[in-house]
Amino acid sequence: MTTATEKGKILTANRLQDGEVVFLTHSGQWSENIDGAVLATEPQAQAALEARGKEQERVNVVTGVYLFDAERRDGHVFATHIKERIRSLGPTVRIDLGKQAEGKGGHFAALQGV
Amino acid sequence: MPLLKNGSIVADDWIILGTDDPKPESGDIVLPYARLLKEWESLADHDGRLGVVFTNIDRAEALSLFLPRLAVIILPFPSFTDGRAYSLARQIREVGYARELRAAGNVLPDQVQFMLQVGFDSFEIGERFSADVWLKASRRMSLAYQRGLYRPGGQQEVWSERHREAEPWLEQPHAG
Amino acid sequence: MYRYDEFDRQFVHDRVAQFRDQANRRLTGELTEDEFRPLRLMNGLYLQLHAYMLRIAVPYGSLDSKKLDTLAFIAEKWDRGYGHFTTRQNLQFNWIKLEDTADILAKLAEVEMHAIQTSGNCIRNVTTDQWAGAAADELADPRPVGELVRQWSSLHPEFSYLPRKFKIAVTGAPNDRAAVKVHDIGLRLHLNDKGERGWEVLVGGGLGRTPVIGVTVRDFLPEHELIAYLEAIMRVYNLYGRRDNKYKARIKILVHELGPEKFRAEVEAEYARRPHADTKVEERELQRISVYFAPPKFEKLPRWSPGFEEARARNKDFAQWVRTNVAAHRVDGYSIVNISLKPEGGIPGDATADQMRTVADLGLRYSFDEIRVSHHQNLVLPHVKRDDLFAIWKVLAASGLAAANLGLAGDIIACPGLDYCTLATARSIPIAQSISRRFADLNRQHEIGPLRINISGCINACGHHHVGHIGILGLDKKGEEYYQITLGGSSSETASIGTILGPGFAGEDVPDAIEKIVNTYLAHRQPGEEFLAAYRRLGPQPFKEALYAAA
Repeated sequence: MTTATEKGKILTANRLQDGEVVFLTHSGQWSENIDGAVLATEPQAQAALEARGKEQERVNVVTGVYLFDAERRDGHVFATHIKERIRSLGPTVRIDLGKQAEGKGGHFAALQGV
Repeated sequence: MPLLKNGSIVADDWIILGTDDPKPESGDIVLPYARLLKEWESLADHDGRLGVVFTNIDRAEALSLFLPRLAVIILPFPSFTDGRAYSLARQIREVGYARELRAAGNVLPDQVQFMLQVGFDSFEIGERFSADVWLKASRRMSLAYQRGLYRPGGQQEVWSERHREAEPWLEQPHAG
Repeated sequence: MYRYDEFDRQFVHDRVAQFRDQANRRLTGELTEDEFRPLRLMNGLYLQLHAYMLRIAVPYGSLDSKKLDTLAFIAEKWDRGYGHFTTRQNLQFNWIKLEDTADILAKLAEVEMHAIQTSGNCIRNVTTDQWAGAAADELADPRPVGELVRQWSSLHPEFSYLPRKFKIAVTGAPNDRAAVKVHDIGLRLHLNDKGERGWEVLVGGGLGRTPVIGVTVRDFLPEHELIAYLEAIMRVYNLYGRRDNKYKARIKILVHELGPEKFRAEVEAEYARRPHADTKVEERELQRISVYFAPPKFEKLPRWSPGFEEARARNKDFAQWVRTNVAAHRVDGYSIVNISLKPEGGIPGDATADQMRTVADLGLRYSFDEIRVSHHQNLVLPHVKRDDLFAIWKVLAASGLAAANLGLAGDIIACPGLDYCTLATARSIPIAQSISRRFADLNRQHEIGPLRINISGCINACGHHHVGHIGILGLDKKGEEYYQITLGGSSSETASIGTILGPGFAGEDVPDAIEKIVNTYLAHRQPGEEFLAAYRRLGPQPFKEALYAAA
């Protein structure tokens, strides 16, 4: 049974120390896997995500915080745009590298070629 | 505003006037450049030293008339990434100005060595960093490849050092 | 090959210590990200789509085996076992950690390398002809001036906070292999009737959003005046370059807005105004540097190498590789070997650590320990005996480095694109791969002849698509990647900016589009006429019709 698609935004950043791409979770912590990310569907919730992200920047945990379009389908979250899909998986031309190769690529099947 | 000068933090003994601030009868006063232009004649017998806050968009040559009477020139860094004042500073030194040249605005330790090298000798620095941080930053690089710069903390000019034997030290004009 | 003296060593040592301190102060929060960003960029460290990316400087594209081996070491110890050679002769690592960067820079310093000013609003790596010192058509080796400018531009206090990045290229040959006409400053060597050297100084060339060919501000600047004149240009740019709009901040915009005449007048006025210090030290320094670039001890060899000729006759694959990848050397009996980093269906410009070590070893054994990086993302062994070509080719073939496609359709130039880069609007590498596979047949590539295909994944044009014979620009249309094609670009001494043909194509339609373009050329070309010449004769019309006429 497929559920309807829920649209919203996810907050991402790079961990300051090692540059790892991370996503903000429901508890305000950071997940290396987009699967753990919280999807904010309402503007207020999105603003709250951004505030938490900026605060984490201020205390030098992460850098480069931004919100991106995402959706929830069948219980899992996915990036809407190809840029964040690649960000959450790894390079499409090296599927042996990045989160997709380390079991941290969420539930989106690896994008391949053109 | 505390100043960094000769490696220590000192108080500023200049009175910095804005465009509309009343001019005191006497004292060491700094005026914005536009105001200096306008009131130059009346400043002729001012009892005290004169200084100017210059802008990033005027040309250094415009100051030449005033240089003999100026004891401090303040150049702005609206953002530390706005590098125009580095060129202005060098130009002002190149025409022979030898008194205080001050950096104001977004002045941070990691740029202060560059500022010293182009001829700034005082800095409006705020409260954020200790004198030690500023001093350390101003001596980070012991060498410079470029010639004709000021050389803070005994910084050496690489090309001049390499060719010392072949040629007696060729002092560049206005090198510190 | 330039060798550091105690001053150069001290300089990079100080620089590493400075960066280590800055990185630590960032990690403790003493420096904000806004304050740290320009500092880390000036040490080549970007924040990218997957991780930090480190861009290591390869000054004027020159490496030796020790340097290349160290790059391989870094790839394995601190990255994922490979690196990417760029269109500015540098090397990029894509999976770097901030906390490791100072250690990486220290390792680089051990072999006289650095990542100084490979990013940031400062003077970047000085690039040159990858065949410098070897090419048959060269007037003089441009690398000594490249090294002089590198030193002069390093941590220049006046020019470290420019309106925008600044790129300088230099060539010593009439056939410009360094793309000097599309650089912020391009320097072309000329000789006057007395045989004295002077530099033609071009300013305001560039690609990106507003591609433009540079204008000549000086036809013949005597060599000893070079540094002083560059200072005048840089000062005019630093003072008057726009700072209100990032997309209008390059010197090309200033040259355009003032007009070339007024711009030249500003530079000459500044140049005249400066106290003209004695330039003897600069002259002596250039002489000192030049000694390092003295030609290697070439053997006196006959032009004809029986061993080579025999191998070429007996081995078809070797013969094919020689046809494209081996170029004429100015010394009899020697050749220039071009190593293509564009295997069929591969990622342009990428090399594994093993491949780097293989090339390093070949450079050491067969090329007087010299290896070069070209801005076409390939490697070069500049001084190889013809007698040794077959042995080298066998090693390359065993390492996936013998693609015989130099300058042909398979020798595609592509930026990393959306697979790696946060600035990108579309992927570029899969496009390169699909074109490469479509044109895999080498016979076909030879039939087509020289063809430069350049792919950029965004309008910043790091793939130099504006100067490709065929340029491909990756864009985004309503969330879908689509690709705009330009034709007729060239980065040579007859530089030109490509013309947009029409509406863009979906990624999967790009190989068909390229094929139609190629077939149009083949149908219309005159005997012996190469693609670029044919395009310049025919204009875009026949190609537009082929691409866009109703099926």
